[in-house]
Formats: sequence, C-alpha cells, structure tokens
Amino acid sequence: MNPTLQTLAVTLGILFTLLHVAAVLIWVERRLLALLQDRLGPNRAGPLGLFIIVADVIKIFTKEDWIPPFADRPLYVIAPAIILLTALVGFTIVPVGPGMVVLDLNIGILFFLAFSSLGIYSTVLAGWASNSKYALIGGLRMAAQMFSYEVFMGLSLMGVVILAGSLNLSEIVEAQRGMWFVLPQFLGFVIFLLAGLAETHRLPFDLPEAESELVAGFHTEYSSMKFGIFFVGEYIGLTLIAAMIVTLFFGGWLGPAWIPAPLVFCFKTFAFILFFILMRAAIPRPRFDQMLSWGWKYLLPLALINLIATGALVLIRAD
Amino acid sequence: MLSLIKSLWLVFLHLFRKRFTIQYPEEKAYLAPRYRGRIILSRDPDGGERCVACYLCAAACPVECIALDATEDENGRRYPDFFRINFSRCIYCGYCEEACPTYAIQLVPDFEMAEYNRQNMVYEKEDLLIDGEGKYHGYNYYKVAGIAIGGKDKGEGENESSPIDPKDLMP
Amino acid sequence: MATITIDGQSYEADPSANLLQAALTLGFDLPYFCWHPALGSVGACRQCAVRQYRDEEDTTGQIVMACMVPVADGLRCSIVEPEAAEFRAEVIEWLMSNHPHDCPVCDEGGECHLQDMTVMTGHCKRRFRFPKRTFRNQYLGPFINHEMNRCIQCYRCVRFYGDYAGGSDLVAMAAHNHVYFGRHEEGILENEFSGNLVEICPTGVFTDKTLKHHYSRKWDMVSSPSVCSHCAVGCNTIASTRYGSVRRILNRYHHDINGYFLCDRGRFGYTFTDAADRLRRPLLHPDRERDVETVAEPAEAMKRIREIFSEATGVAGIGSPRASLESNYALRNLVGSGRFSSGLPRIEHDATTALLEAMRNAPDGPGSLRDAERADAVLILGEDPNNTAPRLALALRQSVRNEPIRADAGSRIPRWHDRAIRDFVQDRKGPLFIAWPASTRLDDLAAGTHRAAPDEIARLGFAVAHAIDPQSPAVTDLDDSASDLASRIARALKEADRPMVVSGTALRSPAIIAAAAATVHALRRTGSGGSSFLAVAPEANTIGDAMLEGAPLETLEQQLESGEVDTLVILENDIYRRLPAPATDRIISKARRIIALDSIATATTNRADVVLPAGSFAESDGTFVNHEGRAQRFFQPLPPAGDVLEAWRWIGRIAAETGTSKQNEWDRLDRVLTALARDCPELAPARDAAPDAAFRANGQRFPRAPRRFSGRTSILSHLSVHEPKPPEDSDSPLSFTMEGHSGQPPAALVSHYWSPGWNSSQALNKFQSEVAGPARGGDPGARLIPGNGPNERPSTAIPAPVPDDDQTLLAVPCYEVFGSDELSARAPAVAERIPKPYVALAPTDAEHHGLDSGDSLNLLIGELRVSAPVRLDPKLPPGLCGIPAGMPGWSVPHLPARASVVT
Repeated sequence: MNPTLQTLAVTLGILFTLLHVAAVLIWVERRLLALLQDRLGPNRAGPLGLFIIVADVIKIFTKEDWIPPFADRPLYVIAPAIILLTALVGFTIVPVGPGMVVLDLNIGILFFLAFSSLGIYSTVLAGWASNSKYALIGGLRMAAQMFSYEVFMGLSLMGVVILAGSLNLSEIVEAQRGMWFVLPQFLGFVIFLLAGLAETHRLPFDLPEAESELVAGFHTEYSSMKFGIFFVGEYIGLTLIAAMIVTLFFGGWLGPAWIPAPLVFCFKTFAFILFFILMRAAIPRPRFDQMLSWGWKYLLPLALINLIATGALVLIRAD
Repeated sequence: MLSLIKSLWLVFLHLFRKRFTIQYPEEKAYLAPRYRGRIILSRDPDGGERCVACYLCAAACPVECIALDATEDENGRRYPDFFRINFSRCIYCGYCEEACPTYAIQLVPDFEMAEYNRQNMVYEKEDLLIDGEGKYHGYNYYKVAGIAIGGKDKGEGENESSPIDPKDLMP
Repeated sequence: MATITIDGQSYEADPSANLLQAALTLGFDLPYFCWHPALGSVGACRQCAVRQYRDEEDTTGQIVMACMVPVADGLRCSIVEPEAAEFRAEVIEWLMSNHPHDCPVCDEGGECHLQDMTVMTGHCKRRFRFPKRTFRNQYLGPFINHEMNRCIQCYRCVRFYGDYAGGSDLVAMAAHNHVYFGRHEEGILENEFSGNLVEICPTGVFTDKTLKHHYSRKWDMVSSPSVCSHCAVGCNTIASTRYGSVRRILNRYHHDINGYFLCDRGRFGYTFTDAADRLRRPLLHPDRERDVETVAEPAEAMKRIREIFSEATGVAGIGSPRASLESNYALRNLVGSGRFSSGLPRIEHDATTALLEAMRNAPDGPGSLRDAERADAVLILGEDPNNTAPRLALALRQSVRNEPIRADAGSRIPRWHDRAIRDFVQDRKGPLFIAWPASTRLDDLAAGTHRAAPDEIARLGFAVAHAIDPQSPAVTDLDDSASDLASRIARALKEADRPMVVSGTALRSPAIIAAAAATVHALRRTGSGGSSFLAVAPEANTIGDAMLEGAPLETLEQQLESGEVDTLVILENDIYRRLPAPATDRIISKARRIIALDSIATATTNRADVVLPAGSFAESDGTFVNHEGRAQRFFQPLPPAGDVLEAWRWIGRIAAETGTSKQNEWDRLDRVLTALARDCPELAPARDAAPDAAFRANGQRFPRAPRRFSGRTSILSHLSVHEPKPPEDSDSPLSFTMEGHSGQPPAALVSHYWSPGWNSSQALNKFQSEVAGPARGGDPGARLIPGNGPNERPSTAIPAPVPDDDQTLLAVPCYEVFGSDELSARAPAVAERIPKPYVALAPTDAEHHGLDSGDSLNLLIGELRVSAPVRLDPKLPPGLCGIPAGMPGWSVPHLPARASVVT
C-alpha cells in the first residue's frame, strides 16, 4: 500500500475512533458511575440510553454561547481549542498496531511529554481569561499541579526507556514481546498512572475543577460548545493516558495472534478507561496541599530511586 | 494506600448489587402517609369547611404563595371567600399545615402535579377543597372555640359552662 | 429628672410619671392591661408587678404594681427578679383560664395586647381543667362587634367610655368572675367615640364591625399615614388596605391633635371609598339635559376636554374645601386666580374668611386640641363640637376637670393616678360655657348655656369681651340673663390660667367669630397670658381652600351672566349641597360646558359634560390644612386602580393637553408643592409637612406593607402567574411593598405601629419620645399660621338685637355627627346611624302652628320648599327652627335664613 495513503487511513481511523470514543465516554462514564453507585444511570433515551449522547450534543450545541463581558476575549476563545489540539496531537505517536502510527518518531516519548505539558496552557489561560475568582484559582491550581507532577512523570518513564533502549514507542512495544514492562517497572507504572491522572485532572485529582469548592474551577465561565470542547478534550486526554499506559507498560498491541492487533490495543485501553472511572467512583479528592506534598516528597524520590535502580540493574546485567 | 485499593475493590463489587432506582412512571414509589405533597383543604366531620380564614398559613408561607380573603356567612361562621395557592412557587415545606389551627390545610402524598403551562399551577379553592377530613379525623374547631355560630350556641362547646346572666349577683 | 435604678442599672426618669410609664419610656418590656397612657393608672389588673427595694442594703424588697408607684429619686426596683416574673406569669394564667380558644376567628388575633403579654410572660399551657365561663353577646350597632367570652375584666372599656368619653350606656354588670361589660339592653352604643373601644380593649371583646365584613390581618394590610377627611380637625389616621380596598382606619398618634383617639365618623366613614357610586372611569354626558352617560377612555375624555377648552370664551374653576390643597391650587393655576372660586356660597365664604382673619390675628395663633384638653375655662361661641368637630368635644370633655384638679389638694395628686383624681374631683366641673341655638351633647358639663339666634350669640360674645376689658365696646339692650351670664363667663375666663374661646363657622356668622376674637384679645389685654382661640371649620381643607383666596360662588355666577366665562371646571364639589337647587340649576344651565372631577357621583357630576374620576384619600397624595392651620400630608395606601388619578394630576394633564402649561410639569406632588410655595408664600411651609419623595433612610424607601405581609406571589397569580413589578410611587418616600427601611420612619411616614414583641397598637409606646409624649423626631405637619400675627384690634361691629317676628322662623343649621359630612354619609355603617330628616322646633312655636312631634312641617326658605317631620327641642328658643345641614338626599343649604311656615 502507498505509505502516504496508509498514513492517511491510519490518521483518519484514529481521529474517527477518538472522537467517537470521546462521545461514547459521556454515556459510558455516567452509566458506569451509576452502576457503581447502585443506580441505573441514563437508560431512557434510545436503546440502553445511548441516545443520551445525541441529546447531550444537541443540548450543548444549542445552549447560549455566552462570553462574559469581563473576560479577556481572545484568550478566552483560544483556551478550549488548545486542550483539544494538544491531546489530539499527542495521539500521533501512539502505535495502535504494528506500523499503524501516524508519526513513527524516534523521540516519541519526548514528543508525548512535550504536548501533554502544552495542554496545561489551556486550563491556565481559561482560568486567567475568565477573569473570575473561581476560574483563576482553578487555573493556578492546575499550574501548580502540572508543574509538580510533570517532573516525575518523565522520570517514571525513563525506566521503560532504559529497558527498551529506545524512545520510539513502536520499538518499546516490540521490546515487551517477552514480558510487559509493568512487571519490572511496577513502580514506574504506578507513578506514571498517578501523574497521568493528575495531568488530565481527572478525579481524584480534579482539584482545578473541584465542584464542591470552586463551582467548576477554570471553566466556570464557559458555556455551550466551548464548555463542550473542554469536555471532549478531557475525554481524549483520558484516552491518551490510557493508551500510553498500555503502550508503555502493557505491551501495546501485543496479544493473541488471532485477534487483530488494533483491537487488542483498543481493548486494553478501554480497560484502563474503565479503571479510571472506577477510581473516580471510589477515591475521594485529596486536599491540595496533600497532593503537592505527595508529589514532591514521595513520588519524585520514588521515581528517582526507580530510575537509579533500573539503571543499576541494567548495568549489572550488561556486565 | 491499602485502604484506597480496598475501597476500589468494594466499590467495584457494587457493580453487582441490587439497583435502588425505581423506574418511576412504570413503577410507583411508596409514599409515606406523612409525605408532603399536594395541598388540600379539608372539611370537618359535619361536612363544613374547616378553614376559618385566619390567614396563619399565608403568614407562615416562606414563599408567600398562599392568598385568601375572609368572609362570613349569615351565622357568623368565617370562611375564605377565595383561597389561592400558586403551586409554581410552593416549596412543599408544610409550614402552612403546621400553622393551621383547624387542621384545614393539609399536605397529602401526591406529587404528580406537573403542568406544561405554568398558569395551570395556580389552584383556587374549588381545586383545593376535598370532601373529607384528610389525615386528621374527628376534629371540629368550632366545637372548641368560644364563639357562637349557626348550630352551636354559647356554652354548647366542649368544656364550656352555660352562659351567665349578667343581671344576677349570686355567687 | 429623677435617677432610678432598674435591675441594677441607673436611669434618668421623669418624676411626674409612674414607674410603668418610666420603664416603658426607657424601653423595658413590662406587661400591663388596665393602665393606658390617656386613662392613667388604677392598679386593677396586677400585671405590671415589679419588685421594689427600699435602698441598696435591702435585698428582700416587696412586689409592687409599677403603675401605682410614682417615680422618685433613688427608686430601686427589679423587673427580671424571678418572683416578680412568676407573679406576672400567674396573673396571665388566671386571666387565660376562661379565655376562649378563639384566636383564629378573632379579629384581634395578631394585634392582640393579651397575646403579646401572654407571650411576654411566657405562659403557654392552660392548667385549669374546669369548664370555661361563657357570656352572651349584645348587638352594639353597626360599628362595634361584641364578643364577651374573650373579656379579661381589665375595665379599660368602661373607664374610657364612661369616665373619659362621657358615655352612659356601657357599664360593668354582675360580680366576681361573672363581670360583664355591655349595655343594660341590647342596642346601638350611643357615644360617638365608641370606635375607640376597638383600640382600648386589650383583647377581642370589642372589634371593628366594618373590618369584620372584609377581614384582613394586621400583618397583611398595606397601610399608609393618612389624615381624616371627614372634618377640619385633621386627626391623623392609618389607612389600611388589602386586595385594593380600604379595610379599616386606625388612630395615628399626634401629640397636639388626636392623641390616642378618633371619633366614629372618622374611624368608620372610610367605606365610602368602596361604595357603588364611586367614580372609576371617565364619563361623558353627550346630552346634559337628558341623563345619558357613556364610559370613556381617558384619552377620549382628554380629547373632549381639549375641544371644550378650544371653544370656550373663558374657563372658571370651582375649588372645594374637601379637595386637597394641591388640587385646589392646581385648579387655581389652570384657570387663573381671577376666575377661581373657593366653591363656597357667599354666606359660608364670608364666615370662613372672617375665621381665617381671626386665626391670623389670634395672639398665639389658633389653638390645638391639646390646648383645648389643657384649658381650664372654655367658652364655646356658636359651635356644636360633638357634631362639627367631634374629636374636639372629647378634648373639651377632659378640660372641665382641670379647674377642680388645680384647686388645693388636687394639684398634689399625680395626674396619672386616675382613681384618686376622679375621687377627688367627684362631680365638680370647671367652667365650660356653651352658646348655641339648640341643645348640645356637652350640655351636661356646661356651667352655663346660652341658647339664642346667631346674632344674639355674637352679642353675648361682645358682652363677655366688654366685661373682661371695659375698653371693648359695650353691648346695648342686652337682657338681664344674658348680661348676667356674660359677667359669669368673663369672671371664669379671667380667673383661669389657660382660658380658651372656641368658635367657628357653623352658624355662618362673621359676627360670632369677631366676638370670639374680641374676647380673646380682651383677655390678652387684661393680662391672661395663656388665652387661646380655637377655630372650628366644617370640612377637611376649609382653611386651606380659604387661604387660596378664591371668590364665592355668587361671583362666578356674575361672571357667567356677563359672558366672561362660559365653561366650568368643578373640583370635588357638589354645588347642590352649597346653594339651593334653583340657584345651582341657574349656574349649571348658564355654563355652556362643565368638566367635573370627583371621587363620588353627585348631583353635580351628573350634570357635567365630562366627568373625570379623582382619587379619594385612599388613592391620593395631598395636603389638608386643618382647623388650626396645620398643613398635614396624607399618602395613598393604594395605587389608584382603573383610570382614577389624583385630582391635581388630572388638572395637570388638562393643563398640558390644553397648552396652559408644559407637559409633565405637574406630574409629581413635589413639583406641585414647589409651585405652590412659589405662588403663595403663606402656604410655603406646607412643603415641609412631610419629607419629600426623594427622602430615604440608608438609601431605602419606607415600606407600606408590614414585614410579615403574605401572599405576595399569589395575590395576582390568578390573572397571570408571572408576577408583575410592584407599583412605583413617585410622590412619596414610601414603597408599596414590604421592602425598605426596617427601622422607624419619621412620624409623618409611620404606616404601622409595630415593635418586636408588641404586635398590638400599644407598640405606639416605642414610637414616642416618651410615653404619651410627642412622636420621636417631632410631630408631623407644619403650622401655616404662626402666633406672631399682626395684633390689630378685631372688628367691633356689634350686631343689632334680633327683632321679634311672629310671621317667620329663623332657620339655623344644626349638625349631625353622622350625616352632615358628605363623604362619611356614603359609608354603609355610618349611613345606618344617620337620623331621619327633621325640623327642630321649640314647643311654643309648635303649639303656635298647631303642630306636634312627628307632624309634617312645610317651610318656604327663600325659593326653596322644605318639608320634614317636626322634632320638638325644648331647649330651642322660640322663633328659631333647626334644620340639619348636609343630610344626604335632603340637603338644605344656605342657612341661616328666614323661613315661613306654609300650611
């Protein structure tokens, strides 16, 4: 097949799947949360209540798109676009199957880290541009949270990089043919999981939004589709972190030969998305100071120890 | 840390529990007898209107959705000329029932009052007045009140002695 | 001031007060029943118990009744002391042992002094298990509802009704816990102050029967400060409304005028505002002769008025003594002062002008009702206060006690010690002299009466003046009894500390007023410093109308005759009540076009081309000038409904429509008052009668509705569930809702008496600078006629003696408290009390004409034929006949006049 065509097909395929996943997640999350709380969840509109997605989209499109008169208008408009854009661009380096990747970069991990860091601009700018106290506090929290967790997010991946000997994600997946890196790098996995959650500001690390304290945090002033884009951005971010965990620690597309590789990948990713939703249902939100002190006092040293230990072991084995 | 994992597991187990949700229109919820729903005006055991138009319910109402105007029949029995509740404002707090000295106004277990047109939420006396005693049986305010009305003269109420002759000086 | 100690804290208190009064003035909540600021203490109810200590060492003390303890320097007492508090709670519990379970159907509920006191003492559960005592009620007339079961035997009702107001038909009967307050036989309570029982009774025994028919709770009524529109006294009232109609009138305390009490005409006359003949839409009479009327839209009526004005050769305005100062002034401004009539016939106009002159010349300005209450010798010249200015009669009734109290030992008894004072005074009465053609209801107090024709009354007045000060001209040909009486009166007035002469326009005689003025000046010249002149006028704004200096109606007739004027604007005035019907018909038929503004349909509005619906006191803001020249503002409790507008606002619109003034120049009360102050310097203080519309407290308006007002989201929801914006008020600092300043407003803006824990009208104590003293921040109103007027010698034209005339009778007007006032007579409850038409005749004259009581008498008065049954009045001097003035449907205007008997 023409490599350009193939890239195009993969790109479109991933984009198509992603956007639909983001939409379906609206239903999945509500339904699953309800089930975990002994409720039924949305079950009225259409089969299994699936049309809630359509209803939600219609609703969100037809709401009044209001820009507060006190907002910083250009930044206010740009902010939601950034989160969607960075999350989508981050996906370009994720291999969903052998050769099925938009951009087979040899510095894939660095690229991912770079773009996930760029995503923070979205929330910080939204918080600033809204010109409202809740939004501003939300934005500041997000900045502090990202700044703290970003540091060891990268460090926690270095163990994997040392084991695989490459920054290219396809090669990292291939390196797990013998054993998924989750076993040798369990500590790295846990740290990355936490850092990833913090990065996507999902519960329990949703301090920038914290409904019970800040109304809706950085997106308090957003309505209609601008709010909707934050929503979609968050789901895509969630999917990206799940995909990265799968790629880095759970053998990516590797699986039984009789199942097509992309399906394996999708299945694993989806399992992690469900796990995230379970976390949301089960774990309470920490205090902001607790969260930062864990990050700096425990997770960062642990990540360093993990890195040094892994490096030492690899050196010892190489000798 | 362990407790977090434990709670993850426990919450996960809830996936397989019985659902609490009641599928409302198909399946009706149980309403306790003291449920605070639709407001009614009741009658006393003799079939007379219990409401004596004392305005206490209106005064107690925190959203001020009760309006009435008092009038009297030829026997001196006071009753509301009109009695209006704007249910689009009502918060079903039950203060009116608590304030009512005659058990006339009562909140009953019925909440199915939704309307497409807000104007239809305004209930007049004919919409409120029922033909029975509601939740409280056997009470007739005029039997314990001191005033005379048609069919009950002075001294005929409960715990009342017969009227005094003011021109009598005997002890 | 004395220093007293209450609960260990020192306070300054007035040594002339009792401890209860002092405690209430200092803001303590001490329960009481039988004490009343105006009635004094009798120590009967045992409710105001406190513990009094001898000195600082005394820790035991003794329980005393605060209302019977005089304030003295060093007095120590405790209100919160447990035993005293328990004493008070037990007294309430005893009182409540027979009190019925009635509050929900009791009209006093929510503003009940007994409820307040029960809550204040903490009693909440009846322990007495035995049957409750019951009473049968009595029918007490159309004003008062009786419900004896609720009685707590405080005796306030009979103390007010008998001792204070002089009524004899409400008494206490039976003994022990059977004590019954009522009449010996069922029937109408005769005294014209019976309505005060509603506020005097601490619970619901006596309640307002007019309110009962359209009952609403105190907390639900939208009220505003108002001024009574039924006579010239100008009692301050609170007009309360609910659902767009006036529900009741309550007393609004004014230290110098009505104090705590109103008359029944003022309290129960309000229902005319809801009568069937109220005008609410503009009317057009396309054909004046035939009685066809069409209801019109305001714009249509305005169009017609513009046509009328453009066709007119000249427009004249007829003002009215019952319209507000603003309305009269607006009319004068519309037509020009040369074509403005005061709306009075010459005979009344001249008397009113003379009265105004006498008021301006009075040494200290005209006297107030408070002055009358404190006077110790009173001469009434040609007035019948019970019927022309009822509240004045109540004040005068108190005055007769002043002279006996002043005597020796009486002055050492504190004034609040009611029982002791009454025991001391017994039946002794101070000097009160009445000169009036017929008998009056003050006769039982009078030390002397003079019943004679108006001119003879004037001659008596001049004779008194001469007897006081020989410089005053002597009256010749006075008969012996009259000159004897004159010298007695003169002696009494000269000996008094505060002599007072009461006179007015009742007999339409400038000579009587001149005689009264001469007497006051004679007193002043001979050194009686405290003397005062109290003027009585017939209608709410007679004085204000007179101060605008319009011409009498007859002048207008001449203007119509000469063709100078062919169009009339008649403001709230029924000319058929002013002039005999033939004369009125002449005026009406000479006017090519008539525009009438009124709140009620009258014979005059029926003959107007265009009728505009003006607001009554309940729908208007405005100013009345009362009998003492005090401008008092009344505010509308209701936003006008339908097409009703204040008369001054209608006139402002006419002016804008016809191009005589700029648009919107007259759309606010303050602008009218500013223009008035500019044009009439004497009336300028009227602007300060109440704060202007921009006045605010902490930026907030003053609410008309109490804070507990109910039904806000439901009152109009049957019309639309979407709640409308509340009406706005551009003319006053009051709001129509309960939102606004929660503290006490200035006295002129008080629209309800309420204070935490005090839901009844007794909350008034908290609105006074001291109990029974002036209102906090000063009493409202502005005196327009100051005391330092030009002290010139009054006119001394002494009328000649009335010649004997066998052929004719002198018909004089006599007055009825219920009936002589145009507006209150339209209230159903008052209408029930209006007597049937009659002609009062002396028995000798009746015999002369072969008539007996009840026989029909036909009289020819000028061109007017009058026919009515004879009522014999043995007090009436021969040669006179009394004809009730202003009776509805039977009005005989233009008296006094010679009447010949037609057989």
